[in-house]
Amino acid sequence: MYNSIVLVKQVPDTSNISGKVMKDDGTVNRALLPAIFNHEDKSALELALQIKERFGGKVTVVTMGPLRASDILRESLFMGADEAYLISDRKFAGADTLATSYVLSEAIKKIGSFDFVFAGRQAIDGDTAQVGPQTAEKLNMPQITYAEEIIDIKENKVTVKHKIDGGHEILEAQLPVLITVLKDAVEPRPFSAKRVMAYKNASSLVELEKLAEGNSLLYVDKLVDEYTSRNLFIPTITTDEMTVDLERIGIKGSPTKVYKVESVVLGGGNHVNIEPTKAGIGSLIDQLMIDHIFG
Amino acid sequence: MKNITNDVWVFIEQRNGHAADVSYELLSKGRKLADSMNGTLKAVIIGSNVKHLATQVFGYGTDEALLIDNPALKDYLTVPYARILDKMIKEYTPRIVLFGATIIGRDLAPRVASSTKSGLTADCTDLQISDVTYLKQNYEKLLLQIRPAFGGNIIATIITPDNPTQMATVREGVMEMAPIAYPHDVKITEIPYIPDPMDELVKIIEQHMEGSKVNLKNAPIIVAGGYGLGTKENFNQVIELAKVIGADVAGSRAAVDAGFVTPDRQVGQTGVTVRPKLYIAVGISGAIQHRAGMQESNKIIAINNDPDAPIFDVAHYGIVGDAMDVIPVFIEVFKNKLK
Repeated sequence: MYNSIVLVKQVPDTSNISGKVMKDDGTVNRALLPAIFNHEDKSALELALQIKERFGGKVTVVTMGPLRASDILRESLFMGADEAYLISDRKFAGADTLATSYVLSEAIKKIGSFDFVFAGRQAIDGDTAQVGPQTAEKLNMPQITYAEEIIDIKENKVTVKHKIDGGHEILEAQLPVLITVLKDAVEPRPFSAKRVMAYKNASSLVELEKLAEGNSLLYVDKLVDEYTSRNLFIPTITTDEMTVDLERIGIKGSPTKVYKVESVVLGGGNHVNIEPTKAGIGSLIDQLMIDHIFG
Repeated sequence: MKNITNDVWVFIEQRNGHAADVSYELLSKGRKLADSMNGTLKAVIIGSNVKHLATQVFGYGTDEALLIDNPALKDYLTVPYARILDKMIKEYTPRIVLFGATIIGRDLAPRVASSTKSGLTADCTDLQISDVTYLKQNYEKLLLQIRPAFGGNIIATIITPDNPTQMATVREGVMEMAPIAYPHDVKITEIPYIPDPMDELVKIIEQHMEGSKVNLKNAPIIVAGGYGLGTKENFNQVIELAKVIGADVAGSRAAVDAGFVTPDRQVGQTGVTVRPKLYIAVGISGAIQHRAGMQESNKIIAINNDPDAPIFDVAHYGIVGDAMDVIPVFIEVFKNKLK
């Protein structure tokens, strides 16, 4: 039996950015972007689910983010996760990777014992690949990044194929270990229809509060009890539920600051316009021959 | 803050005693950064039998080499390498530490930044030293860490105002390698390796190098295709054009993601940075991430049916038209002229 914790992130779909998303001051209007499950995190979840199926154990999914990030926790339950936690608090806002990894590591310590921590190699909104290694360091455990395949697990050791510059390496690591996963490592399974039916109503506290709007507080408590008993309650961990040093979270705990943001200027340019005709392209090739690039 | 230094450190990434190009590129940049803050440039070399590297780094402007040479450190492993750097950084407090944004650099730097509680910015495309006013406070000679963000729609300048050490990773090929004419006298400080049980938690069972068949970095002519080509069949036209004019084939990240071309041929911030004599961009819109990987090319031709595509901003020659119409004409005219 091996227990896994999987770190996932809801990200803006940066591959589909239109002009409208950019504000006049050059910043991004995140609210206008579709929010998706970071692909590499899905691959990480798939690896954890495969370990569970082969060896038994539990898969716990954790995300830190705004309240709407519970969407990807439900999706994780649809795929096969056993439980999911939402780490959310206004005080976490503005966190860079250092502050984020601090909160995640403290949340993981609170959630319980584990043999593996999985995460995607990087998230498409920042592409930093830093939170995985930083979380491993804070949990004082080894890490394997850029994993391509879990080859085997025997007793307290795992063998992993991972990518290195210009090739790959097979590593053997003692458990517990944190592993970051490449997208191509494995194809994430589709949602199971049965699980979608079972978990589509899974809700966080704030979502139950919305459901109970207009009713008394007691009603929310009743809802929480009911959802918990049906295994449909997604616990939210805030700064009230765990001991964190407030100096180390959010903007305060983030050594890196965004000093300046510039929108990429489109249009203009000083190029020579070539007609898409034989004559036009012919003169271009002539010029490149004169420049000794061709010929 | 205590013990503020003006030291710039560069982590020298080596495999089997060969330093990665990016390490020399970073030394060349590090030299300039050190000069603009009257600091010293130090190269950190970790490995086994790597003393020759500690001499080589002086050709790129290094003032002092810090050498940790031990048989136990022959191959890169996260925990021992990170532990060594952690201890050194806590002891000497460098002002700046630079790593290549290679797989090793991106594995190592965040671990070290975490334990030393330093700020770290990934995949910078430019680094500058500047005085900064931030939230009404004045800071002298901060490191401006410049990188595209958010799918390439913005360029962000990141600073680490309040921490003693500022860290950054930089992609290979982004900074220019500049050997210097009059190197500093060789000065090597050897630092002992003290083993730790945690170093043994991960072991290398097997290593397999694929050998770099693709070497875009040294290609004189590159033809690159983008997502705008629409299908893999259309991308084959790009390959055909490359074949006819004797060029190497490359692609944008979107083209790689769509499966048009293999990841080892990706040009851009998360791929290879190239500076060929001629770069032909076909059906590439020109997101900043892509441009960061090719805009230093000697001559750039952009072929795109959208006259407003940002790729035209960095192009020397622009052809507005459908790639499927333009490429056959290009091939025909080229064959006529050069046969």
